[in-house]
Amino acid sequence: MMRNLKPALISAVVVVALSGLLMGVRISQQGTGLALTGAGPDVAMKIAAAALFIFLFNLFRDQLTALWFKVPALPRTPAAFSILAGRPAVRRLFWCFLIAAALIWPFMSNRSNIDLATLVLIYVMLGLGLNIVVGLAGLLDLGYVGFYAVGAYTYALLAMYFGVGFWTGLAAAGAMAALFGFLLGFPVLRLRGDYLAIVTLGFGEIIRILLNNFTALTNGPNGIGSIPKPELFGLEFSRRASEGMQTFHEFFGIEFNSVHRVMFLYFLALLLVLLTLFVINRLLRMPVGRAWEALREDEVACRSLGINPTAVKLNAFTIGATFAGFAGCFFAARQGFISPESFTFIESAIILAIVVLGGMGSQLGVILAAIIMTLLPEVARQFDEYRMLLFGLLMVLMMIWRPQGLLPMKRPHMELGT
Amino acid sequence: MPDSFYYLLQQLLNGLTVGSTYALIAIGYTMVYGIIGMINFAHGEVYMIGSYIAFIVLAALALMGIESLPLLIIGALVVSMIVTSAYGYSIERVAYRPLRGGNRLIPLISAIGMSIFLQNLVRLAQGSRDIAMPNLVRGGLDIGPTTGFHATLSYMQIIIFVVTLISMTLLTLFITRSRMGRACRACAEDLKMTNLLGINTNGIIALTFVIGAALAAVAGVLLGMYYGVINPYIGFMAGLKAFTAAVLGGIGSIPGAVLGGLLLGVAEAMTSGYFSAEYKDVVAFSLLILILLFRPSGILGRPEVEKV
Repeated sequence: MMRNLKPALISAVVVVALSGLLMGVRISQQGTGLALTGAGPDVAMKIAAAALFIFLFNLFRDQLTALWFKVPALPRTPAAFSILAGRPAVRRLFWCFLIAAALIWPFMSNRSNIDLATLVLIYVMLGLGLNIVVGLAGLLDLGYVGFYAVGAYTYALLAMYFGVGFWTGLAAAGAMAALFGFLLGFPVLRLRGDYLAIVTLGFGEIIRILLNNFTALTNGPNGIGSIPKPELFGLEFSRRASEGMQTFHEFFGIEFNSVHRVMFLYFLALLLVLLTLFVINRLLRMPVGRAWEALREDEVACRSLGINPTAVKLNAFTIGATFAGFAGCFFAARQGFISPESFTFIESAIILAIVVLGGMGSQLGVILAAIIMTLLPEVARQFDEYRMLLFGLLMVLMMIWRPQGLLPMKRPHMELGT
Repeated sequence: MPDSFYYLLQQLLNGLTVGSTYALIAIGYTMVYGIIGMINFAHGEVYMIGSYIAFIVLAALALMGIESLPLLIIGALVVSMIVTSAYGYSIERVAYRPLRGGNRLIPLISAIGMSIFLQNLVRLAQGSRDIAMPNLVRGGLDIGPTTGFHATLSYMQIIIFVVTLISMTLLTLFITRSRMGRACRACAEDLKMTNLLGINTNGIIALTFVIGAALAAVAGVLLGMYYGVINPYIGFMAGLKAFTAAVLGGIGSIPGAVLGGLLLGVAEAMTSGYFSAEYKDVVAFSLLILILLFRPSGILGRPEVEKV
């Protein structure tokens, strides 16, 4: 205990140094000058409490570690259960249930919840797309939102200038984002992991700055409004049909209800997510997908086996970008309005957090994490101020305690019998 | 001399001023990278915190009735260096040390989390609005004809050059002459071997974070006074720029970071002087991408270059 006294004292002093000035004093503008206001005694008490806590924690850390080892471990899931859960038939059944639940759910819910679920699905799509790049191919992409923006703006601009419909726009947005992914990936994918992270971050920022400043084309920071909503085989979801169109409620002879459109958007998002899942799962079983994972595990081994790392990375990057483009197009159609504000770095960080929280490479994990990350701020409205603070903290703690994520991906592996 | 010459000179001076502060921040990236081979993503936020502490100290000293300029600047520098050192140390302890040795992406992600955390901590504690400070240092030296267009080297710019020069000299002396500096160089050479030879490598790694943070604080104080406006979001861009500068000069090399910082500053000033100020950030990133394309090791980044 005495051995720990010095480090404990030091850490307490560090805590005071960290928070004393920054939390204890608040600087504010007063006319042209500056004014200082000391925070109340409650803040001072909090700082003192934090320092005391850190001091005691470090002082007794040996005892605490000993205590920690005495705590019985959580009961493991019985082996029979994991074998059962691992069976392909059971897994398929589970996915069927999940999809069925997602299909039935909107009929038993209200408008705002369906809207929220659509948002969740957009994030699921983005998470699954980024999962290819980060989780499967092991390339840290911090500018993913750039491709999302490219997709959204492609559809918005095509609709504004050429009156293109949603479905054409969707294809165009995907293709455009893929093109951007390819063009960006080409030069930067030779770089090592952390360089890649920063360059992609820079790329995301460049796209946002360009969108902000090309006022003639993109309307700058004011954004683009009245983006047409998607339609179902030429049927519109509005009260009155525009020229030469028919509305959904007229065609089916039911009464107009604005919830139809919300539900349609939900099903559309669900369809896109299922499509994404399907495509990714097929790709994973193809040589391409195997190469992604192999590359993540060991680049040198891949190279010696005749896999071209640049080509493999490039197609991971391009395919990931394509899904971001789809998501962006859907986002633009759902919002009806987009501006560069929606595509800041923090959005990239949130998508990355979804992938990391879910467990890099795990698709079920990504879905779960997308639900958590989108619903948490809705549930914890009163903590809205602290949302980003907690979000940052969560990312750090998650990396320290459970870097493999909530539902870590099961790697295909084989046990050698002895 | 024609007007255009003085215009060019003015852009050059502005660029070198900003560039020298980029260099100070870039040294933090390059030193950490030199030893543990990781990017300290939260470094930009340390710079931002340095600026905030400087503003608080300057306001406090002014309220106490201290008018003397050297005293104000030294007070701001000292306090903000101490506080940011504590931040540098804590970032290393919390976001890097427990994660060393694993997958390279993991510390990077935790550092991104740390960066978001610090940015929002300052936002909650100090508010998210811009805080502007009146100019403490006014006036400057005119270069060129007294009538008509001429370039101005403001006293603030001179202060920035002098303080940067002093900090870099001190750093160089520390690295090349002191025992701890030698240990730093040894760690950059071979971390495991240095550890085997009985040097506390954990301490040295923490020390590089602290030195980097202190230099970022110097940049924070100087740039805060130069621009006169701060908000909790300035760290993000500054961090990116400084990282670009570090890569430009060759990451891992201290002289490279300085050179990269100056080059980037000048490139930015030229863009805003001759093209448009809105695109100066785009120039920084385009420069980064081009450098990584054609010379990934940077200008001075050769394998045999001295790393710290």
